[in-house]
Amino acid sequence: MAILEVKNVGKRFGGLQALGDVNLNVEENTVHAIIGPNGAGKSTLLNCLVGKLIPDTGSVMFDGQSVLGRKPFEINQMGISRVFQTPEIFGDLTVMENMLIPCFAKRDGAFRMHALETIANEQDIVAKAEEMLVDMNMIDKREMHAASMSRGDKRRLEIAMCLAQDPRLLLLDEPTAGMARADTNNTIDLLKRIKDERDITIAIIEHDMHVVFSLAERITVLAQGTPLVEDTPDKIKGHPKVREAYLGETQAA
Amino acid sequence: MLGLKKHDTQLLIIVICLALFAPFLLNPFPADSAMAQFNAGYPDLMQRFAIFGIFAIGFNLLFGLTGYLSFGHAAFLGIGSYSAVWMFKLLGYNIIPGMILSVIVSAFFALLIGYISLRRSGIYFSILTLAFAQMLFAIAYSDLIGRFVGTPITNGETGLQVYNSDPQFFHSAAKPDIPHLFGQKMQSTYTLDVGAWSFDFNFGYYFCALVLIGMFYLAIRIFRSPFGLMLRAVKSNQQRMNYTGLNTKPYTLAVFVISGMYAGLAGGLMASMDPLSGAERMQWTASGEVVLMTILGGAGTLIGPVLGAGFIKYFENIFAKINDNVLHSWFSFLPDGIENFMVTLVHPFVGKGWHLTLGLLFMMVVIFLPGGLVQGAEKIGATFRRKDGKSDDAEAKAAKQRNPAAE
Repeated sequence: MAILEVKNVGKRFGGLQALGDVNLNVEENTVHAIIGPNGAGKSTLLNCLVGKLIPDTGSVMFDGQSVLGRKPFEINQMGISRVFQTPEIFGDLTVMENMLIPCFAKRDGAFRMHALETIANEQDIVAKAEEMLVDMNMIDKREMHAASMSRGDKRRLEIAMCLAQDPRLLLLDEPTAGMARADTNNTIDLLKRIKDERDITIAIIEHDMHVVFSLAERITVLAQGTPLVEDTPDKIKGHPKVREAYLGETQAA
Repeated sequence: MLGLKKHDTQLLIIVICLALFAPFLLNPFPADSAMAQFNAGYPDLMQRFAIFGIFAIGFNLLFGLTGYLSFGHAAFLGIGSYSAVWMFKLLGYNIIPGMILSVIVSAFFALLIGYISLRRSGIYFSILTLAFAQMLFAIAYSDLIGRFVGTPITNGETGLQVYNSDPQFFHSAAKPDIPHLFGQKMQSTYTLDVGAWSFDFNFGYYFCALVLIGMFYLAIRIFRSPFGLMLRAVKSNQQRMNYTGLNTKPYTLAVFVISGMYAGLAGGLMASMDPLSGAERMQWTASGEVVLMTILGGAGTLIGPVLGAGFIKYFENIFAKINDNVLHSWFSFLPDGIENFMVTLVHPFVGKGWHLTLGLLFMMVVIFLPGGLVQGAEKIGATFRRKDGKSDDAEAKAAKQRNPAAE
């Protein structure tokens, strides 16, 4: 069953048709990659899914409910978590505090006036945050200032924060962009483990083919705002249209 | 203790001690010595220390935690004062109804102003709050509402005060004709003379000090609560907040209202110490002053705003009193020419020129101690610890983390 259904989505910025007519189904409990050259509309599509942008046409359904017109925090509460291209974490807070926030958001919803409670007394929340840190092998960094960590650790923390909310759909926007090879491989291993251990659907936008082919079960190729092909990784590898999109339209002449 | 961690309990005890022993601490010099003018332990000034301490603590809840810089907080102070004076006029001089109303009315205004201003962030938020505060100042100064309803509401330039013709519903001949707490006058002062020293124990001051301690405790609880964590997260990364399923608006609005209520309470106390209220209390310079207090003391720290408030009020009252005669007496041991030269040199920095000194100090703090006086104290503490040989980098790092602005 498709957990995410994108139908006829179009988005125009002034004279630029960023997304033409996108149809995309992400099946539950799969890893679905969206690839495409620069300017293909990958990020625009992602922003339409999380409420940052509202598409001009079409519909986006998550688990049978429309996400259009909802604010990012409402869409998140529906079960969609997003990992950003540059890790978005709470840099001024400690690693542990970073972990506590999604745990509170999961339990208490979008707003709760818990001004006279003490964090230490919220044992279930603290336990869950610690468990997550142990799982991510970051428990030794719990009192560290999040901004002072390495890029790879920030990414790991961000993924951990998203997972703490037990999302049904995890969206990753170029999760390994700007990372060293070793960090990239660690991230791939981490995502593989997440996929194996959890009931989770992952949609990933990625430039790095190594990452895409290590993880994805389905791949959609996007070019100039429209999906070219959607298939399994093996078939995508040798597909002429994909080569054309990536290598430039040489045959056009 | 009281649901606080060790470090916070220590801070609370420090504030309690400072507040309770202020009459001694602020009067270190014998009453008739040359240094007596540096004594700050007189009731009027001590009350102001406590009141502005409350004001700054409340401001810091908003600015220190969320980073939203309100430039119109004095409006709530003024609203609190007017509300309290109205209670004196209508009900009588007991300060409790006045203080309750001042908190309620300022909360209402904070809700309104916050709801609109918080649609924007950064400099635009500051400008919106400033605009609101200046509008309220203009309304109060011209008594615009009073002109509509036909009876003075803020009483314009003169300021609102209590007249004999006012109803004062619960007032009776047996009760004092000045603000009191169930008969105990705010003005009543007991002076203790110990040798050459003299210490004033003022009821009004101790009342303010107790409120300050209570408000400080409340601020610690808010800082350490999940709510406080969310507010710090707002300051750190709103984008991540939104994509973690958290609605930032009610969080910021809630703290804006709490902060406005602190200011209203401070305003109510101010009127309780001296039962009149003028529009100048709401002017933008007064809003700027609380910003200075908070930053000077250390924004985002617990005790910083209290220290900042004390520091600025001390300068305002003590430095402003030093005139040329005093300067001449200081430099009288020098030959005449040099004495006059020194007086001319120092003159611009004292008396009416105390703002100049304050400005220089503020610049130095912002440049060398971006974490405020609290950071200065931490640095000194760290130096001592290093001398003990116990210091390690971890502690310095921890201090730095508490003051990210220091980097």
